[in-house]
Amino acid sequence: MKQKHGETGTRSSGSAPSGSPPSPPSGSPPPPASDSAASGSTSSAAAGSGPSSPSGVPHVDVALRVNGVCHALRLDARVTLLDALRDVLGLTGTKKGCDQGACGACTVAVDGRPVVACLALAAQYEGRAITTVESLAADGVLHPVQAAFVRHDAFQCGYCTPGQIMSAVCLLAAGEAEGRTYTDEEIREAMSGNICRCGAYPHIRAAIHDVLAER
Amino acid sequence: MRPFAYTRAADPGQAVSLVGGDPRAAFLAGGTTQLDLMKDGVLGPERLVDITRLPLGGIVHDDAAVRVGALTTMAELAADPVVRDRLPFVRQALLLGASVQLRGMATVGGNLLQRTRCRYFRDPGVAACNKRAPGSGCAAVPGVQRMHAVLGTSDHCIALHASDLAVPLTALDAVVHTRHADGTRSIPLTRFYLPPGDSPHVENVLRHGELITAVEIPLPAWGTRSRYLKVRDRASYEFALVSAGVALVVEDGVVRTARVALGGVGTVPWRARGAEEALRGARADAASFRRAAEAALAGARPLPGTAFKIELARRTLVRTLESVAEESS
Ligand SMILES: Cc1cc2nc3c(=O)[nH]c(=O)nc-3n(C[C@H](O)[C@H](O)[C@H](O)COP(=O)(O)OP(=O)(O)OC[C@H]3O[C@@H](n4cnc5c(N)ncnc54)[C@H](O)[C@@H]3O)c2cc1C
Ligand code: FES
Ligand code: FES
Repeated sequence: MKQKHGETGTRSSGSAPSGSPPSPPSGSPPPPASDSAASGSTSSAAAGSGPSSPSGVPHVDVALRVNGVCHALRLDARVTLLDALRDVLGLTGTKKGCDQGACGACTVAVDGRPVVACLALAAQYEGRAITTVESLAADGVLHPVQAAFVRHDAFQCGYCTPGQIMSAVCLLAAGEAEGRTYTDEEIREAMSGNICRCGAYPHIRAAIHDVLAER
Repeated sequence: MRPFAYTRAADPGQAVSLVGGDPRAAFLAGGTTQLDLMKDGVLGPERLVDITRLPLGGIVHDDAAVRVGALTTMAELAADPVVRDRLPFVRQALLLGASVQLRGMATVGGNLLQRTRCRYFRDPGVAACNKRAPGSGCAAVPGVQRMHAVLGTSDHCIALHASDLAVPLTALDAVVHTRHADGTRSIPLTRFYLPPGDSPHVENVLRHGELITAVEIPLPAWGTRSRYLKVRDRASYEFALVSAGVALVVEDGVVRTARVALGGVGTVPWRARGAEEALRGARADAASFRRAAEAALAGARPLPGTAFKIELARRTLVRTLESVAEESS
């Protein structure tokens, strides 16, 4: 699924990772509320798990805003933001490494800040502006950070690369907003949440320096 | 992960009653401990009550204290101008912890309640863990130790409290504000955590369903200098082997006030009162600092895998004291 940066719209897709279509439970008391689609709603009722699937696994209605497109989803409450992006929305640019918050391969931007999507429940991120690596290139033109990664050979196997790029994009955007640049030491520290098994670190830092120099 | 229902709490009172009224429910803040342990099968709540949209963020200041909403992220607290100016060691402890991603997700309340990194606790395939399965024994005591405690341990548990933030907050006598089914209370951080004793699964004084609403950090006197030093296996993005948080007032080469806490060594964030006593009124010199370091580690109970921590912690504390004293002169 490819979207252009800035595109907006709404798509609906039902999804129960178990493969079974969700249906209301019979005879069980109603959950607190299931009208959780509107984020920032002023209603004082709790929002949350709606009807379970026939297997009894609680599901939840979630409106995820990814790369400018709003997706109305019904998910097993356990689905992480990472699994929602990859397995439900087909956005497989974001990678799963450790699935424990330790490697950074799953880094996406939420409201402009980097988040490890494997430790984020999809339901928790309803309504937030989620940006993945798929949104960076526009009309076949690479984002400056992507282009710099290519120029500097900032990867070998490439598995960590989408996460590295998302962290770098967030770092550079924050620097730009604050009108500041970064020393090599600061880049090192700011990027330490992204592990590269191939050890491309010097090239990754060179790519980031290059983008800083371009501004 | 076991199935669970997800509920987004509408207000703090509802969050407290949803969790308090259900022994199998748990709060979800940044999720960086909670979801991690659920994936590992260590925790298996049947309901998660998401508190992240409650109005419990924000930092307010007055002359005496900084009051930090429980949902303030580590990154937000580190960026606070008063923390930057008046509480440098709190900022350092925050910025030396975890990664950029995690610091933007993790909350201050969740940080104080993070669970131990003991590998035996985190692996349900290991039968013996008194913290995870009360009464089952402790695999770490006869096992492989490294990221474990030497102070506050018992024969039943040597699991470390790994929070960096809790170290300076313990030194500063921070206060945890909570809300529970019957009202609110304020708990000094120095009396918040419970050493394992013979019930390692009880880690703090909170009741089930008690919500941390804010953490109050008293501001030290003007002229106080502070530093947090963290020693670890790699340069960044790693838990402490040992750490020290120190705040001193030094005048004319003499220590007037001293606040000292250690990380990486205690089953709870470790206030080193013996070291503080040794420092107060003493000359700010190498001999006093070494005496303070000896006092700080008095009573330590090393195991083969943790014996290195005792001298490492002493030297880390001496180094931290030296650098704070230098800055004061
Ligand atoms: C890879 C990795 C590296 C890390 N490195 C470091 C490090 O170097 N230094 C460090 O200090 N920490 C480190 N951490 C731990 C991290 O700081 C904690 O996981 C985080 O602070 C927890 O906050 P949270 O908001 O995500 O809490 P959650 O995971 O949401 O919650 C943690 C616990 O607290 C409870 N809880 C949360 N908020 C409240 C509240 N307001 N009232 C009552 N109960 C509540 C939850 O029910 C849960 O039991 C690391 C974590 C990871 C995954
Ligand atoms: S997959 Fe999320 S941090 Fe490794
Ligand atoms: S390029 Fe292979 S892990 Fe980074």
